[in-house]
Amino acid sequence: MKKWFKSGDPWIWMIGGAVSISIIMVVGLLLLIAVRGLGHFWQPPIIETTFHDDGQEVVVLGTIRNAETVTAQAVRDAGFEVPEEQEIVQRYLFHLGNRDLTGRDFQWFIGDFLEEFRYPEDAIMLERREWGNFFGYLVALKRDGEVIAEGEEAFVRLPELLARSNELVGNAVSIERYDIGRINFAIEQERLEQRRIELNDRLSDEERAERIARSQAEVNRLNAEYEKLHAELVELRASGRRDALVARTSDGQEVTINLGDVVRATRANTMTIPEKMREYGSRFWAFMTGYPREANTEGGIFPAIFGTVMMVFIMSIVVTPFGVLAAIYLREYAKQGPVTRIVRISVNNLAGVPSIVFGVFGLGFFVYFLGGNIDQLFYPERLPAPTFGSPGLIWASLTLALLTLPVVIVSTEEGLTRIPKAMREGSLALGATKAETLWKVIVPVSTPAMMTGLILAVARAAGEVAPLMLVGVVKLAPNLPVDGQFPYIHLERRIMHLGFHIYDVGFQSPNAEAARPLVYATALILVLLILVLNLTAIAVRNRLREKYKSESD
Amino acid sequence: MIEENQQGAPLASAGLANKDNRKRLSLRNEEISMQVRDLNLHYGSDQALKNISMDIPNKRVTAFIGPSGCGKSTLLRCFNRMNDLIDICRIEGEITIEGNNIYHPSVDVPELRRKVGMVFQKPNPFPKSIYENIAYGLRLQGVKNRRKLDEVVENSLRRAALWDEVKDRLNDNAFGLSGGQQQRLVIARAIAIEPEVILLDEPCSALDPISTAKVEELIIDLKESYTIVIVTHNMQQAARVSDFTAYMYLGELIEYDDTAKLFTNPAKKATEDYITGRYG
Repeated sequence: MKKWFKSGDPWIWMIGGAVSISIIMVVGLLLLIAVRGLGHFWQPPIIETTFHDDGQEVVVLGTIRNAETVTAQAVRDAGFEVPEEQEIVQRYLFHLGNRDLTGRDFQWFIGDFLEEFRYPEDAIMLERREWGNFFGYLVALKRDGEVIAEGEEAFVRLPELLARSNELVGNAVSIERYDIGRINFAIEQERLEQRRIELNDRLSDEERAERIARSQAEVNRLNAEYEKLHAELVELRASGRRDALVARTSDGQEVTINLGDVVRATRANTMTIPEKMREYGSRFWAFMTGYPREANTEGGIFPAIFGTVMMVFIMSIVVTPFGVLAAIYLREYAKQGPVTRIVRISVNNLAGVPSIVFGVFGLGFFVYFLGGNIDQLFYPERLPAPTFGSPGLIWASLTLALLTLPVVIVSTEEGLTRIPKAMREGSLALGATKAETLWKVIVPVSTPAMMTGLILAVARAAGEVAPLMLVGVVKLAPNLPVDGQFPYIHLERRIMHLGFHIYDVGFQSPNAEAARPLVYATALILVLLILVLNLTAIAVRNRLREKYKSESD
Repeated sequence: MIEENQQGAPLASAGLANKDNRKRLSLRNEEISMQVRDLNLHYGSDQALKNISMDIPNKRVTAFIGPSGCGKSTLLRCFNRMNDLIDICRIEGEITIEGNNIYHPSVDVPELRRKVGMVFQKPNPFPKSIYENIAYGLRLQGVKNRRKLDEVVENSLRRAALWDEVKDRLNDNAFGLSGGQQQRLVIARAIAIEPEVILLDEPCSALDPISTAKVEELIIDLKESYTIVIVTHNMQQAARVSDFTAYMYLGELIEYDDTAKLFTNPAKKATEDYITGRYG
């Protein structure tokens, strides 16, 4: 036994075990997120059953979200009568939908009190723009209040009518978002122009009056244009609301739902596997490219993906030159001594400062000080409403750049130290100055190290949430930071962010049960996004390596 | 050039065997390229070179021999001020090249290094293509003309006897070459900028015998056009390639004379002990 210990085998076993446990944990984490997140888009069967309680009978219609086994005692304590000899009870969490009618989306049912599950073929599930899902049976289709189809025929005609109303609603949204958005933006610009003219004391009174009149004329023209668009919008909306469907809920109530409010309708129990797969793809696509609805618990996460990517890009653009230059100075030019050592220790420790501290610094320095002063100097006409003086994309990016600066500095410095002395001497011996040696030999050779630093920085930045809540990330941003209005990239706008989205949907949502799968799905997208960003950076690094290896200069 | 090779060391010869018919050289008859006067060099509080004074003849090969740590590499690195890179290094005395003191404050060091090229112990090509390695020095001087660059690259590689081996892969990475080829590449890189002096710091210590022979041939070849100073641990090499040899010990110049004279009939006991292997 003692010999076995001395041989070193136990160490190898311990090391191997530790590695396996780590890998299992990482893979398990990813699998959990992937299964939970991706499972959300799969259409489950719609179940109908009857719930018996104290002689009452309630018809239950919905999908099963969760099933779990609990001890009978716990159920008895909750006031249900379970036979004495039974020890465990199965209970199911049903997604019942119809929040507008019953006030609740989800309900637990104890398996013992449920009849056998039935899978009615004509049960439909509607995904609605408001009030969550609807479960029921399709009765009829109406146009302008007149019944146009009933029963089976109604379901056959439903997709076509739904596609029409969805297209019209989409058009209306795009008019609202882009055309009316553009006019509102232009009107706001004119308002600012007038304010600027008022503030400009170099103008004479006549000049001022004349210019304001000109601007006002423009505003009037824009308002006229707006009126036209608005009329068009109203018409579109009305046209989109032409058709409605009549549905019966599980308790026999008949409701009329306008097709303008329905996103998609599925008759889950008659769907074939390919149909379900098509539905899956369509839902996943809608999730990736859509805008959020219903306090972020439904709809897509596109603005959050966009915001995260934008922020990481701007962060990279800022952090790389600063980090690299700082590292070059520290390693190549600064006199090595106690001062550089202190600087180096401080930089290393900066990487360990809690990120929220950076957030507080960003809020105080970037947002209030820098942003406030920029507003005073360049945007006086907008005051007191802040432009750069409030949290926004640029400040979030700068704060993250500050946060990731140590990583870039440290890895660049390591790259610089790894370069053999002989290579520097070779260049110097050919009559190169120090700067020439640096830019022609040292820096190209250490680009892979710089890219490594950038990769680590991106990984850290994309996953950071805490400081962003202070400096520019919000629950719901009305606009993307990039749009068709000059100057096209609006660095002062607030953004949405995947990490914050996860927190918001998971913990701040009014409908936690409905939102939970979205938390997993969003987390999965965040992980994949970081993976994609990193792989891109790694690909660039490998290409750089190859490039300066094989090509001339 | 090839005929004159015969006068130098043929491949198989070791030491002076074939050199007996060579005329004795004397520094008095030589044109002097570099002069060292009262050179003292300190690393912090350690003195590495003590009162060195010597003349380096023009277009000859001068070898520095001596045990490890005797200061021969340090002395070599004084000629192109490579010691400037070491913070704690302090130099007194002067070295003149064509009458100009290279340690004068007004000297442009990169300019000096362009005139005094250097080849190091281990081959140190840049991680660039073979072509760019040679063109590097010229590009530093602002030469952009592609034809001029092509010409210099080809000439330098030919002079370094490397052209035939690499002419088809000039754009390949220089790290793909063998050690001996890399060392010749580095020599080609040094001569591409037309220096007046070439310093060789144990250029063959990392090479196999065949590569060593090629480099030695090259050195003998090059002395037609350049003043060459070589540091070596291999006394046979010094005997084969050099015209003058300096023996150094503990930072002092013990003996400096014609190579044949120094190896056959040294004036000092210490030199004799070293070259006969009784040193230490």
